[in-house]
Amino acid sequence: MQRVYLDHAATTSMLPQARAAWLNVSESVGNASSLHTSGRAARRVVESARESIAEDLGIRPSAVIFMGGGTESDNLAIKGLYWARCSQLGQSQLTIVTSAIEHHAVLDPVMWLSQHEGAAVEFANTDRQGRVSLVDIEKVLVRGGVALVSIMWANNEIGAIQPVHAIAELCKKFDVPFHTDAVQALGQLSLGLGELDATAVTISSHKIGGPVGVGALIVDPFAKFTPVMHGGGQEREIRSGTFDPASIAAFAAAIHYSISDLSEHAARLRELQEYLIAAVMSAVPEAILNGPPAGEDRLPNNTHFSFPGCEGDSLLMLLDAAGIDCSTGSACTAGIPEPSHVLLSMGVDEKTARASLRFSLGRDSSKEGIDQLAQALPGVVERALRAGSVSA
Amino acid sequence: MSAMRIISAMSGGVDSSVATARMIDEGHEVVGIHLALSRTDSNGKSRGCCTLDDARDARRVADKLGIPFYVWDFSTEFAESVMDNFHSEYELGRTPNPCLRCNEKIKFSAVLDRALALGFDAVATGHYAQIVHGPDGVELHRAIDPLKDQSYVLGVLTQNQLAHSLFPLGGDTKVRIREEALERGLITAKKPDSHDICFIPDGDTAGYLVRKLGEQPGDITDATTGEVLGRHSGTFTVTIGQRRGLNLTVPAEDGAPRYVVDIDRESGTVFVGAPELLDVDFIRAINPIWAGAPLGETAADVSAQVRAHAEPVSASAYVNGGELFINLHEPIRGLAPGQAAVIYSGTKVLGSATVASTNRVGKQSALHGS
Repeated sequence: MQRVYLDHAATTSMLPQARAAWLNVSESVGNASSLHTSGRAARRVVESARESIAEDLGIRPSAVIFMGGGTESDNLAIKGLYWARCSQLGQSQLTIVTSAIEHHAVLDPVMWLSQHEGAAVEFANTDRQGRVSLVDIEKVLVRGGVALVSIMWANNEIGAIQPVHAIAELCKKFDVPFHTDAVQALGQLSLGLGELDATAVTISSHKIGGPVGVGALIVDPFAKFTPVMHGGGQEREIRSGTFDPASIAAFAAAIHYSISDLSEHAARLRELQEYLIAAVMSAVPEAILNGPPAGEDRLPNNTHFSFPGCEGDSLLMLLDAAGIDCSTGSACTAGIPEPSHVLLSMGVDEKTARASLRFSLGRDSSKEGIDQLAQALPGVVERALRAGSVSA
Repeated sequence: MSAMRIISAMSGGVDSSVATARMIDEGHEVVGIHLALSRTDSNGKSRGCCTLDDARDARRVADKLGIPFYVWDFSTEFAESVMDNFHSEYELGRTPNPCLRCNEKIKFSAVLDRALALGFDAVATGHYAQIVHGPDGVELHRAIDPLKDQSYVLGVLTQNQLAHSLFPLGGDTKVRIREEALERGLITAKKPDSHDICFIPDGDTAGYLVRKLGEQPGDITDATTGEVLGRHSGTFTVTIGQRRGLNLTVPAEDGAPRYVVDIDRESGTVFVGAPELLDVDFIRAINPIWAGAPLGETAADVSAQVRAHAEPVSASAYVNGGELFINLHEPIRGLAPGQAAVIYSGTKVLGSATVASTNRVGKQSALHGS
């Protein structure tokens, strides 16, 4: 049985260009912070990658701070900006504006600051399709005392694209730092980072075909961040830890390829996305598409459905047995699915939230794979419905 | 046996590891499931039975055996059906067995129902007991290893549940299972057995109950003289038959050990006395569950077992008005309401019921208990 991988939003296959770059660099020894010839050679790899990424994204090389991945970048953006703003403004407590549909890598640092440092948290509301309210953000900004605003570029579960350029402008008007987690948006949308007035943008390598464990925070070079981790201060005293030249080179290669291929890739994904939505709705007419309709408000690789009466993890297990990898679309601890905080905050009831699956597309996705999904779904849903009725 | 689709409940211990391996060897299509039962960590996310180590061990055994593995979250059901019941039973002065309750309400009910609905044929566990296909259906029998026999905690299963249950270890000794785990190279081979209640990992049930139910102090009184001998922090912190940990401040005149012989929840008084006062010769038990055909109103020769590792006692038993009455041929020392009485014919489990009241030897008075 040919397995069908429909969980590219979790992680996607590594691009050959990224793998080649990694292998090439891995042949050389040298710590990029060492002063000798080998060290300088490693540093050259890091700086070339930084320039390549800057060029592809339309930003200055000094804006790129290499990190160990998206979670670390989000933590630095949230905590680093919060602490720096408190000390700049001479305040012990400030307000953080965010949304309830953020990834845990944003939500959890925010809630940590709330619980441990007394930060006030204001959640901007989202509509039924998961779009964040600009009006809510503005209301808090008008009140003042805001450390930062953090709103994701596009939601990882339901694919809703947020008006980040407008939010950035708003924040600029109030002179408040703006952070956006663009992990899901990179490689799928034209970001226009050069024209974005953001203080910090999180990007990650493995969502676009680079290796896991490397990412970057794209920063306003004039913004102040209090470091979260202390050590050698390799990245402009903001981020410590030995550079990983091989992964950084592979990350740059993945960005380069995905940006150069962006419009074709996105167009192909959009076609498959529409095909998948139609196939699922035809196989299971009771299914509900969560998030915005396919189109400019939704990530091209994302689909997310509720199958009323079913448990998401029953569906996942039965599809797994039918050769299809997908996800319940929510963070898991020890493999235990929780009802999605994203759906709950959009007003979806807990039962429907638990009945959900995300199918996310990538470079190796095909209509044949989607057909295999559509063929398996009716039987899978029927069984999961029976299981749902006994456990209810 | 033709190939079946089986859910193997993998606790992360050696027994369920070997049970899973044996089901695979028999040619069945096996999926490993670890049950997340209690929510014990600080942020409210589910944990498996006991610890995350157990969940990891179960996952690694499934990896080694090459089968799919998932964690099923039954923590809500477990909290409602097992933990809440555990708390309320103790509060009412009874002594529940949460493992039995878990088997009845979770493992062979919620989990089994879900497995069947999802298209599986049976649930396998690492319990030491034997399924025998008899002339009148499926029978549950004791395991051959008397030290490990767990038929008692499975005494709550009905015919229909037993028909979809597999206990691959009941025909072997624990020693043999450990050897087999080693031969198979399973990482759980040398893992110590778990004895504690999974949601009370430190084994301090009294401390746990005080935290859950709050201190409800009262007197510890001599059952014969009425003299107050000490204080307790809640009737639920002691069990009928308990001797240790009573912290009596007045020593017995004859220096003889004193046991909890009665608990009066109304007044919050715990009565202590000589062990002879604990001897029980008659049991009234409620809510019987039958593994096969129910007993009738005519007394039948059975053996009765009242706790997990107690010696069975020969008895005659009959049903009247939907309740089970057990006449013990020799007394049992220390039996609390809430305990399960499982009755057997030879090695075969007939059924079980919850002890409601007992008659103490030599007493003509009303039955003890509620």
